[in-house]
Amino acid sequence: METLKENILGSLERFFTEVGSILLFTGNVIRQFFTAPFEHKELLKQGYYIGNKTLPLIAITGFIMGLVLTLQSRPVMVDFGAESLLPGMIAISIVREIGPVITALLCAGKISSGIGAELGAMKVTEQLDAMEVSGAKPLNYVVATRVMATTILVPILVFFADAVGLFGSFAALNMREDISFRLFLSLAFDSLGFADVIPATIKTIFFGFFIGLIGSYKGYTADRGTESVGLSANSAVVTASLVIFIIDLVAVQLSELIYGF
Amino acid sequence: METVIEIKHLEKAFNDIPVLTDINLELKRGENIAILGKSGTGKSVLTKCIVRLVQADDGEVLVLGNDVLRMDDEQLNEIRKKVGYLFQGGALYDSMTVRENLEFQIRRTQLEKNKTELRQLVEESLENVGLLDAINKMPGELSGGMKKRIGLARTLILKPKVILYDEPTTGLDPVTSGEISELILAVQEKYNTSSIIITHDIKCAKMTANQVKIMKDGKFYAEGTFSELCESDDQEVKAYFS
Ligand SMILES: Nc1ncnc2c1ncn2[C@@H]1O[C@H](COP(=O)(O)OP(=O)(O)O)[C@@H](O)[C@H]1O
Ligand SMILES: [Mg+2]
Repeated sequence: METLKENILGSLERFFTEVGSILLFTGNVIRQFFTAPFEHKELLKQGYYIGNKTLPLIAITGFIMGLVLTLQSRPVMVDFGAESLLPGMIAISIVREIGPVITALLCAGKISSGIGAELGAMKVTEQLDAMEVSGAKPLNYVVATRVMATTILVPILVFFADAVGLFGSFAALNMREDISFRLFLSLAFDSLGFADVIPATIKTIFFGFFIGLIGSYKGYTADRGTESVGLSANSAVVTASLVIFIIDLVAVQLSELIYGF
Repeated sequence: METVIEIKHLEKAFNDIPVLTDINLELKRGENIAILGKSGTGKSVLTKCIVRLVQADDGEVLVLGNDVLRMDDEQLNEIRKKVGYLFQGGALYDSMTVRENLEFQIRRTQLEKNKTELRQLVEESLENVGLLDAINKMPGELSGGMKKRIGLARTLILKPKVILYDEPTTGLDPVTSGEISELILAVQEKYNTSSIIITHDIKCAKMTANQVKIMKDGKFYAEGTFSELCESDDQEVKAYFS
């Protein structure tokens, strides 16, 4: 009983220490956003990397999600005689929830882990130390550029995923009935309002920020020793995914408060 | 002779586990000190304290007369330009070519240099270590010995007054190790640098060092010239030279 209590207290302490040190790290990274020099070249390189690595994956996943969602919901809607509401319903679910969360999770798996492994390796092989003694701040050159790149890129990737998802939905409907793309789009967009798009976009900016941040944090704080590279990558994915769901939860509560639904 | 680095009563502990307990050292211009010691005794921690990659707990580190432990970041950057550090594996930036690795080192400190001057500096530095051909290679394509030489070239590009070598020959075959030791000497002659060389390689210590120190339990257990330590009766010291 005593050891159980100690274990629980121990993990609680570790949890809060971790949260505290992530917050501290976040503050330091944000400060670097406003500190010269601004490494635009490295930012572009990272942005290109991220797009290049995830675009095909997001295209395929987005298309399938739209398709499957439509095929699965259609029979129910037909039973209710509410077929014409289907495109709108799918559009809302994709834009508000499925597009952002699926894209963010894919990026957590691909980008966060990649950054975690890369920075972990740089830490273990003393590249971060070498950078530090050369007078370049790794927090500025390496971390801030990556976090900024994910913060900008993830929302764009989400827009892309939404578009492909809607196209998948159209493809699914087209298999079952005759509907023009134009009619589909007008049905879909009629039911979408600012109240759907704006909170979703703000949410994805936070997703992007934390995908870069968690990956960087895990890599930056890697232990010495090669096995910690794998550990950083792994715990970057787990932590980033968890944070994505927590942000999603907070976002839904907040938009309910603000928009009243 | 002018003193380049002076360390007095340096202490460092990690999570209450002492690593350095009382380190004292004096490095004079043109001199090389070799530090021997088992793995995990804190040799790397000591060199990192000199450039404040690790913040020491207590004591004094004077580099070219400046108190490293208590200076602000700007002064620290000035000192770091004058102290080259060759990391254990070379620590080349994996995502950059050899040329970019070297350029990265100077782009912050010598922004006023134009493109041709920059290129000349990079090429001169690579020539010093005999690896000009590797200029467009990625670090992943290089052998361990080449990485260390490029790492040295990257350090030399700033023409440092002092160079800290962290195990420059560890993990290399005897022939390559010999070449690196010769390179250390050549660099010293050409640029009149002073060095601290951490090594397990007795041959390297013999070739390069004016002074040898053996580290144990966070202190220097024995010090002297190579031949003095060679003739020591102490079992622990003998173990290094057999
Ligand atoms: N950043 C650090 N955090 C905690 N412990 C460290 C750190 N750096 C070094 N140590 C510990 O200090 C000791 C000396 O390490 P090091 O200087 O790397 O040894 P070596 O003499 O082989 O170079 C080791 O026990 C190591 O675990
Ligand atoms: Mg070491």
